[in-house]
Amino acid sequence: MTYIAKPRLHHPTLKTNKVGYTRRDYEGRVSTLCAGCGHDSISAAIIQACWELDIEPHRVAKLSGIGCSSKTPDYFLGASHGFNTVHGRMPSVLTGANLANRSLLYLGVSGDGDSASIGLGQFANAMRRGVRMAYIVENNGVYGLTKGQFSATADQGSKSKKGVINSDSPVDLVGIALQLGATYVARSFSGDKEQLVPLIKGAMSHGGAAFIDVISPCVTFNNHGGSTKSYDYVRQHNEAVSRIDFITPGNEITAEYAPGELIEVNNHDGSMLRLRKLHADYDATDRYAALSYMNQRAALGEVVTGLLYIDPLATDLHCALNTSAAPLASMGPEQLCPGSAALQKINAALR
Amino acid sequence: MKRIEAVNDFVIKFANVNGSGSASANELFAKAILRMGVPVSPRNIFPSNIQGLPTWYEARVCEKGYEGRRGGVDMMVAMNPQTWDTDMAEIAPGGYLFYDSSRPIPPDRFPEGVHVLGVPLTEIANATYSDTRQRQLFKNIIYVGALSVLLDVEAEVFERLFAEQYRGKERLLDSNVQALHLGRDYVKQHLAAPLGIRVRRADKVGERIFVDGNSAAALGCLYGGATVAAWYPITPSSSVPEAFQKYCEKYRTDPATGQHRFAIVQAEDELASIGVAIGAGWNGARAFTATSGPGISLMAEFLGLAYFAEIPVTVIDVQRGGPSTGMPTRTQQSDLMACAYASHGDTKHVLLLPEDPFECFEFAAAALDLADRLQTPVFVMSDLDIGMNQRLCKPFEWDDSRRYDRGKVMTAEELEAGRDFGRYKDVDGDGIPWRTLPGTHASKGAYFTRGTTRDPYARYSERGPDYLYNMERLLRKFRSAAGLVPQPVTRQAAQPTRFGVIYFGSTSPAMREALDELEAEGVHLDALRLRAFPFPQCVPEFIAAHEKVFVVEQNRDAQMHSMLVNELDVDPSRMVRVLHYDGTPITARFIAGAIRKNMVWHREYA
Repeated sequence: MTYIAKPRLHHPTLKTNKVGYTRRDYEGRVSTLCAGCGHDSISAAIIQACWELDIEPHRVAKLSGIGCSSKTPDYFLGASHGFNTVHGRMPSVLTGANLANRSLLYLGVSGDGDSASIGLGQFANAMRRGVRMAYIVENNGVYGLTKGQFSATADQGSKSKKGVINSDSPVDLVGIALQLGATYVARSFSGDKEQLVPLIKGAMSHGGAAFIDVISPCVTFNNHGGSTKSYDYVRQHNEAVSRIDFITPGNEITAEYAPGELIEVNNHDGSMLRLRKLHADYDATDRYAALSYMNQRAALGEVVTGLLYIDPLATDLHCALNTSAAPLASMGPEQLCPGSAALQKINAALR
Repeated sequence: MKRIEAVNDFVIKFANVNGSGSASANELFAKAILRMGVPVSPRNIFPSNIQGLPTWYEARVCEKGYEGRRGGVDMMVAMNPQTWDTDMAEIAPGGYLFYDSSRPIPPDRFPEGVHVLGVPLTEIANATYSDTRQRQLFKNIIYVGALSVLLDVEAEVFERLFAEQYRGKERLLDSNVQALHLGRDYVKQHLAAPLGIRVRRADKVGERIFVDGNSAAALGCLYGGATVAAWYPITPSSSVPEAFQKYCEKYRTDPATGQHRFAIVQAEDELASIGVAIGAGWNGARAFTATSGPGISLMAEFLGLAYFAEIPVTVIDVQRGGPSTGMPTRTQQSDLMACAYASHGDTKHVLLLPEDPFECFEFAAAALDLADRLQTPVFVMSDLDIGMNQRLCKPFEWDDSRRYDRGKVMTAEELEAGRDFGRYKDVDGDGIPWRTLPGTHASKGAYFTRGTTRDPYARYSERGPDYLYNMERLLRKFRSAAGLVPQPVTRQAAQPTRFGVIYFGSTSPAMREALDELEAEGVHLDALRLRAFPFPQCVPEFIAAHEKVFVVEQNRDAQMHSMLVNELDVDPSRMVRVLHYDGTPITARFIAGAIRKNMVWHREYA
């Protein structure tokens, strides 16, 4: 594997954001994925979202599992600490990292094999626990690094490049996330940057467990006719229920909308999500209706995308555990050790 | 008929039904003897069950202070009809049987040569209490009362214990005292007391405390500054995180805000538990998990990651009988190799080997320091015998001037000053690299942590020289660890000897007793108690200095023996395995017997 250093020269006209960084400051190493891989588009969307959000790159911790998708954190936010953990176990490591230091932002990147096959248990339990994070699954329905085997999100009856038919029914991570208590659930398409960037921004600013399932075609192993995760299929069957605008504080976008079309969601940090409803009968604040709607549309062969569910009042695991506002990792013996006098009392009670 | 006569030196065993509330009554009994100044070491022998199955509590009263299991039973408190016959068979000739005589038992069910003491416990309880649960619970206190007269334990000692336990709950206090005296009065009126075995006030307990190893380990984690704990329930380790939770709520809750300076997660399995602990360790918190053998098996992949990516994490392994589900409620030292070499590829991990609750406390706190210093998993290898039984041990100590050793963490100032940062680079020659914590500096010190190979600057690399550099450095780090871990404790024989013995962990009290016993017979052995892996230089020196070295351990395959041979290249022919692994704690009788037998062979044939 070769590495080409990206030239660090910045064009003098590159725009800086409020914290003084250009978009290039959010980049990472050169990707080693296949040319045209959907995952690279997602990396670009993450870069764009973080730059637009004025996040200082080093205040993000990016964690992943194993697989093509899990390699991508090396390709964005080069000034952030990253952790490529073990296969299917990113959620637990991210949970621990988050408990240690609640002052950072957590971005979990995973794949369909990593989250729906080997890591289904950890995925499900992280959603249940409400760990504050943006959890992105780059979903292509296939194992790329091991050359084209099915993952658990592959459609029943679909055919692999080697001609094997998948007889298992697929796991729908969005459905599971909705059922298990995720408070921000979205689906998008790697080829739809206009939709994806605001969804990532919303997820990064969310107060609880945010999950985005991004369909990301595998150009090498799963972009053929008959695959429901190919570019052509998703483009033809993508049914967006909403468009969101992410509005940072003091940066109001005053577009005109017809009454009844808009939902405004205020985030804890003062930012706001403005949801443009594309389907009149869709309610993004009703978890069960979202699930039912998505299933109905799936039966018609439609891939429903957009922000599917949001709980604007979401809380997280720290809130449930009532942990101190100061990061646990920052504490020393003064805060943590009861001292010898207390120990003598403990000893006395044990006699 | 022979009658066992022994003051302050006997074994009493309680045969109970699980879930009947006997545990607290039995503990009360043991504590009362301690308050008489006489050492006692009780052991719970319990089933993997919530209610109904047999459970035993075996207490050894020993003025000499031997805390190992002795073997044999001088007095049986037979409260479980289910196990009557096997319980009877255990009583030593001339020993005593105490039983509930409310219902007649056919004479042929009583063993011969045993002194029988019947007290109609159920009758007394039923006549005094109307509530079913009360009848059951106070029946336990009534037998403790009866025993106190038979064994000559002062009533005032119990009354004081009750007063401490039920401070502010006067009604409970009164009814417990009443139950105690119901038992005492019956014995005084109907039986000859005290017995040939009895307790006599002494001063052999001193300042020592009576505590179980799991609570002690939890307290060590509290004092050592652990803030994140993740766990999955498993016998016999569950009481470690549960005790940690209890202590944290008391000592780590901010008095002003009510907020917690700790985070405890009961995870979905052991994989997630170790994952959470590793994530927290990576991010700068001190974190631990507690588990037992099956959990270690599940954690193996993650342990390899923590070894290779060099992340601090503490694992408290309370060992039980393996393999597989094995004997979940019995003790063994059989996870040594599973922990020392956990995970695929070339791995080695640091193990600490506590002998008692005092060292559970010390080593848990030390493990958190060592994990940070060495940036690697550190195991505290407790076992069920230490973990789930109360043991008399030195009081816990803490030096208030002690700082936490956070190891080599590069600060923002150092990075800003332009200090070179190579995450996996050995700049100090000890194999231990520097690390940075996420969020430290805006543009310097970030790196990508991974389980794949990398160069000294944490860049992905599959180049042979990069791989070798890293693996050699990890070995160097492991060698450095040998000098940082708790060093072995040696005991020299009364006279120069060609024989030595190596032991560790919960074998300690039985070993001490066996050595005294052998020495009295003129069999002299130098002893070395291992307190950690990797082995410091004094271990091969000890082996080299002796012609024959016994290695005493509680597993079938002589795992520590294998590790000594493997790591130190010592000649296996001079090492003799002494192995006890039936799930019961090892005894002095067993050790001395095995050594004696080998010595006879040695004299006759060598």
